[in-house]
Amino acid sequence: MYEPMLITLTVNREEHEVKVWPTDTLADVLREKLGLTGTKIMCNEGECGSCTILIDGKPTLSCLTLAIECEGKDILTIEGLADPETGELHPIQKAFVERSGMQCGICTPGMLLTAKALLDKTRSPTEDEVRDALAGNLCRCGNYKRITECVLAAARMMQEGT
Amino acid sequence: MDAVEYFTPRTMEEACSLLSQYKEQAKVIAGGTDLLVWMKHGEILPKYIINIRDIPNEGYIVYDDKVGLSIGALATIHSIEAASLIQEKFNILAQAASKLGTGQIRNQATIAGNLCNASPSAELAPALIVLGAKVRILGTAGERVVLIEDFFTGPGQTVLKPNEILVEIQVPNLLPRSGGVYIKHTIRKAMDLAIVGVGIMITVDRDILSNVRIALGAVAPTPIRARKAEKILTGKRLEDDLLEKAALIASEESSPISDVRSSADYRKKMVKVLVARAIKQAAEQVQAG
Repeated sequence: MYEPMLITLTVNREEHEVKVWPTDTLADVLREKLGLTGTKIMCNEGECGSCTILIDGKPTLSCLTLAIECEGKDILTIEGLADPETGELHPIQKAFVERSGMQCGICTPGMLLTAKALLDKTRSPTEDEVRDALAGNLCRCGNYKRITECVLAAARMMQEGT
Repeated sequence: MDAVEYFTPRTMEEACSLLSQYKEQAKVIAGGTDLLVWMKHGEILPKYIINIRDIPNEGYIVYDDKVGLSIGALATIHSIEAASLIQEKFNILAQAASKLGTGQIRNQATIAGNLCNASPSAELAPALIVLGAKVRILGTAGERVVLIEDFFTGPGQTVLKPNEILVEIQVPNLLPRSGGVYIKHTIRKAMDLAIVGVGIMITVDRDILSNVRIALGAVAPTPIRARKAEKILTGKRLEDDLLEKAALIASEESSPISDVRSSADYRKKMVKVLVARAIKQAAEQVQAG
């Protein structure tokens, strides 16, 4: 009855077979069973957004998602954001590097993925739209102004195709 | 979190029969944004988890001229805020949905979860109450339909029996010349529970108010209607004195507690302010057509 179950997770376009308990969260499985420690766990109760990953393109809290219910879903973590062929950084990553979008860096993976989902949907968001979209990602360093600027810069880069 | 046995029923009926088998030892999970927090804190330790999130075709949002709006239990909060049909015809519901939690939470959380977890500050409750919405409940013995204002019985408590599942939300059509407003009073714009939530629905014909509905969240053990205040306004012309009086009465009808977000006294004062403000906005909405 109480046995881990073997499931297949599709993470960053790769399939992984992994044994999970029904109550294992996706955040824990990503970090501890798949070694993808780019996903950060901070509050571990859905308040801070640090563990945000994309499931089928939508920002989702991996600390409040059971791994077992993610079979057949397309999971993207920070490790899969750069171009898988060339390793070239995504424009959002470039913008964060060039403009110092991170301070301590714990909120950064979640910020980037939430921002990616926004830019996939809204090509040239306003500053307000960026702030609204990132409202669920807390930065304890208080670097919001630069983070917002980075996302706007990334949007410009993506439009110019650089 | 402790070991549990995990089920993935393929239909709501199957979920119901599992619930009737395991009753209080089982918990239904859909979005998981409340349940998993409680489980991590050890506040709820189910032995059985019944995951209904992936039951097909239960997240629908459909509209029928005669019947009105029907929303499947598993519709996410985001799908409700983003549905153009709801934005156009039932805007107050889209407003309330857009104020819940954060983008991430709205992608995960479901309408039925928001109602069944029965927080006094449940975001969708005041809007659905003033819309006159009902919930369709499935049990092993059959179905029943309950008005949402009768659905909540206390903090975290509803009329649902251990073997029942909320499967659909039904929202009747609005009367012509009606306006609805939901105001959520918070300190932060995101990821904050309401200090006070106010839902208003009114009909205004030749300056006379009818079908006045005032619902208040986070100021009583359940979301409530301010019926005395509604009565005072009904059949009257909307004038400042009367509005002031009605808003005061609504505030007296509330019975808030003091907690980390606000004192009871402040909540009462804000009920008065926000009821008046929301009614004015709703009247402006009707005037603007």
